[in-house]
Amino acid sequence: MMKVFLLHPDQDFDLSSPLPPLIDDVIRDLGLPILFEAMAQGDEFVLQVVRQVVLSSLTELTPILYRQDILKDCIRYPDVVRQLYQIPLAFLERKRKRWLWISSFRASPSSLLSGARELLEISLDLLRRLRQIADQHVSTFTSPGFRRFFTMIQHELDDEYLAQVEQHIQQLRFPQGVLLRAQLGKGNEGSDYVLCRPNNVGRNWLQRLFTAHTPVYSYTLHPRDDAGIQVLGELRDQGLARTASVVAQAAAHIEHFFEVLRRELAFYIGCLNLYRQLTQLDQPVTFPQPAPADERSCSCVGLYDVALALTMKTSVTGNDIAADGTSLLIVTGPNRGGKTVFLRSLGQAQMMMQCGMFVPAAAFQANLASALFTHFSREEDKTMVKGKFEEELARMSTIVDHLTPNAMLLLNEAFAATNEREGSEIAGQIVRALLDKKIKIYCVTHLSEFARSFIGKDNVLFLRAERLPDGRRTFKIKEGMPLETSYGADLYRKIFGVEITDS
Amino acid sequence: MISILHNHDEHRPLASVQPAFFSDLNLDQIVAAITSLKPGYQLQSFFWTPLRDVETVYYRQEVFQDLEHEPVMMAIKAFAEGMGTVRRYLTMIDKLDVDYHKKGWFLEAVLVYCNTVDSLARNLDNLSLRSRGLVAFREYLKHYVRSSGYQSLAAEGQQVKQFLSAIRYCVIIESGSFKVKPYEDEVDYSLDIENTFKKFKQRDTSDEFLHLSKRNGMSHIEAKILDSVALLYPEPFTALDHFCRQHPQFLDQTIETFDREIQFYVAYLDFIADFKAQHLPFCYPRVSTTNKSIFVRDGFDLALAHTLRHNANIIVRNDFFLNDPERILVVTGPNQGGKTTFARMIGQAHYLASLGCPVPGRQAALFLADNIFTHFERTENLQNLRGKLEDDLLRIHDALAQATPNSVFILNEIFSSTTVQDALFLSKEIMARLIALDVLGVWVTFFDELASLSEKTVSMVASIDAADPARRTFKITRRPADGLAYAISLARTYGLTYEQLQERLS
Repeated sequence: MMKVFLLHPDQDFDLSSPLPPLIDDVIRDLGLPILFEAMAQGDEFVLQVVRQVVLSSLTELTPILYRQDILKDCIRYPDVVRQLYQIPLAFLERKRKRWLWISSFRASPSSLLSGARELLEISLDLLRRLRQIADQHVSTFTSPGFRRFFTMIQHELDDEYLAQVEQHIQQLRFPQGVLLRAQLGKGNEGSDYVLCRPNNVGRNWLQRLFTAHTPVYSYTLHPRDDAGIQVLGELRDQGLARTASVVAQAAAHIEHFFEVLRRELAFYIGCLNLYRQLTQLDQPVTFPQPAPADERSCSCVGLYDVALALTMKTSVTGNDIAADGTSLLIVTGPNRGGKTVFLRSLGQAQMMMQCGMFVPAAAFQANLASALFTHFSREEDKTMVKGKFEEELARMSTIVDHLTPNAMLLLNEAFAATNEREGSEIAGQIVRALLDKKIKIYCVTHLSEFARSFIGKDNVLFLRAERLPDGRRTFKIKEGMPLETSYGADLYRKIFGVEITDS
Repeated sequence: MISILHNHDEHRPLASVQPAFFSDLNLDQIVAAITSLKPGYQLQSFFWTPLRDVETVYYRQEVFQDLEHEPVMMAIKAFAEGMGTVRRYLTMIDKLDVDYHKKGWFLEAVLVYCNTVDSLARNLDNLSLRSRGLVAFREYLKHYVRSSGYQSLAAEGQQVKQFLSAIRYCVIIESGSFKVKPYEDEVDYSLDIENTFKKFKQRDTSDEFLHLSKRNGMSHIEAKILDSVALLYPEPFTALDHFCRQHPQFLDQTIETFDREIQFYVAYLDFIADFKAQHLPFCYPRVSTTNKSIFVRDGFDLALAHTLRHNANIIVRNDFFLNDPERILVVTGPNQGGKTTFARMIGQAHYLASLGCPVPGRQAALFLADNIFTHFERTENLQNLRGKLEDDLLRIHDALAQATPNSVFILNEIFSSTTVQDALFLSKEIMARLIALDVLGVWVTFFDELASLSEKTVSMVASIDAADPARRTFKITRRPADGLAYAISLARTYGLTYEQLQERLS
């Protein structure tokens, strides 16, 4: 069978399958639109595909490594992959130029048949080109995915088969007229019209002699019998219906094949686009090492916020952390110290890893998450009916509705909308309960009572946004316990330009 | 003639208009929704005609209960579908011109009819039926299918059909001419193509590529083809001629009537099936024309359930009861608290029970009233307050004049157009009359005082969520009117305490 299988080892990628719950929050909180646009480079279709692929996280190691291998081939031979991508594009272009489409809407079998036949005709040399690329590269590409794909093309589209297709395209013009077999259906109406090959074609005189006495009733229509001509056309259509449908399906099959090819390659084209931009910015990328979802692993070297790098168009600060065995990561420290950026980079790397991509870091490993959720504090929302604190609670409750074991939750300043004591108490209850239920939590917080309540607990790692003794921020996130005081005063001082004395 | 709707012959004529209280109780919405499921059967009048005797109510309840068994319902539905087809074919024949075409469809109608009747008889025979109605009909059907007239109709029809459908012929279409000849084993061409291209199949595509214009009737071309086929194969057509002469009329009157009347049950059960699937309960109420102790457990407003049918699980269910000497429920509580819905529910339950239908609720005992009177607040005519009060009083007066001790009253926020003092005075007066008349009723009001006027009145209150006063519970409970209960942490409201989360995530 002609299966592309470049995104999954054993199935097509479904562009319309539902995205994970609450994904819109994840997209917004992690700044993913910037990533998608960088991958798409203005191509709407690529945008749609990369969005769907990146957001439909894989939760097992095998398919992730399968895509990583294919992507490595793509990075090694970008020109071949782009050539390959041109084939389905050429098909679409030709189809558009000839106004060809197979529509179920008011197509008569005759017109359907001729449209479908033409589609087959314009596919033929594209299939041959595909064969040619497969012949050339089957042994240079190393990924199992591409090897399977090229081998399949060689096998399915061999010379004999392509010749057979060509022959059908010729025959489907029906130069000899149409012979239909029929029977009496309900109400003695002619039914089950089937197009047949006439018997007398290729028969010898003896066989013809035997059929010679068959009774035949012939009728010739009056030249002005327009209604009769129309009816005859309809009967012909009924007879051609099944064949037309079969040819249309054949054309649709080929079209689908090109569509699937385009769709699955579009993801890798998007990756190649991103790769080029990041390498131009001298930002490192690496293929991550995923660990199973029930392990707790997270360590990185030079992990950076890819959305920030793409927006600033410059290299940005990366962070190194070693948090293997950690179920709860608590990041504290001064405002504007790079905490949110760091949290976002962790989320981005997780998403990119789980769709088979490279990640924005020099090295990265982490366990897979069964699902990823974000709870970031929101700007004041004008349409909000409820108070901000209630809005946060409602949002958290919705997340809880969707949590599964080994899911990952990114909390950014959650429950800061109430006073610290209340916020700490509620955040504490929630985080403790979720940890008990095997949820992995990365948490940026100002709630020091909350943060300090986890000191000394197992599988908890504290990080802190660095602040130099002179008050300057390095935007580096380092290991460090939460401090009693926050740094809001700094910001106040900077913005208002006033001196205030620390008490 | 036996009827599946009545266990005796003398019954009241069917109503030709809907009862006056229909729109107040939203029964018009319910009946429209039910009957729109079965447009061909003219079922409205069945739903507009309540029963007055307990026996017939139970007669219908039995039929409903039989039909709630899936196999019985399936048998009836298959039957209805078949009869619908028969009617469609017979109607169509009148519009046809070509003789063998007409006769061909007549034969189809007979075949479908026999097939339909046979399978209903066979299906009912294999089912254990409890209802008097269906058992009697099964007996009738059993005798009918054994009758010699029916037997020969079925057998001959089959035979002629077999003859005709064995015919195969070929049409060769050229430009401006065609030929008809016998079929001589020519081979199918489309299979070839299918085999060649199936490897590209990425997913199943439907066969729906085609638009075939299918004309009604038969063109002169097709008539010529049919004539030629009749010349090529004369015997089957002679048999068809003979069959049509032998069986001009073949439909049985009793079976036709059954086909329509049984749809009363089918339509109602189909209508409530969605709600049952969403775990809204229905039950068969005990009914009485004498006992005024009534109750419903887990009842709900069926019209509201229909409006919210895509998430009917948010429908709140309520209980009520009246024990002797209690007669009138006085419902108070906050606005938008579900009071009107509650009052409607009680009216609907009584009416649906009087049709013999299962009613919303887990268990119920209801009064078979001689009439239901409703008075709901109308929003129109706000300028003319005096006129409105007058109109209100006139309507109440008329109702009280017609009412008997066996009537049911549903009153909703009446006298809202006047001063509190006036309204309270009038309300007390009317209440005294209702009490004296000894009718059953529900009264939605904001006057707490009405609830404690007599031993015949009972107070019910629309409750509020203690945790979130802004949120309505739509629960109406039997208790004296009280203040509001507040206070529980917001986190608890959102199910976010440690204990709640342990529970939610387990």
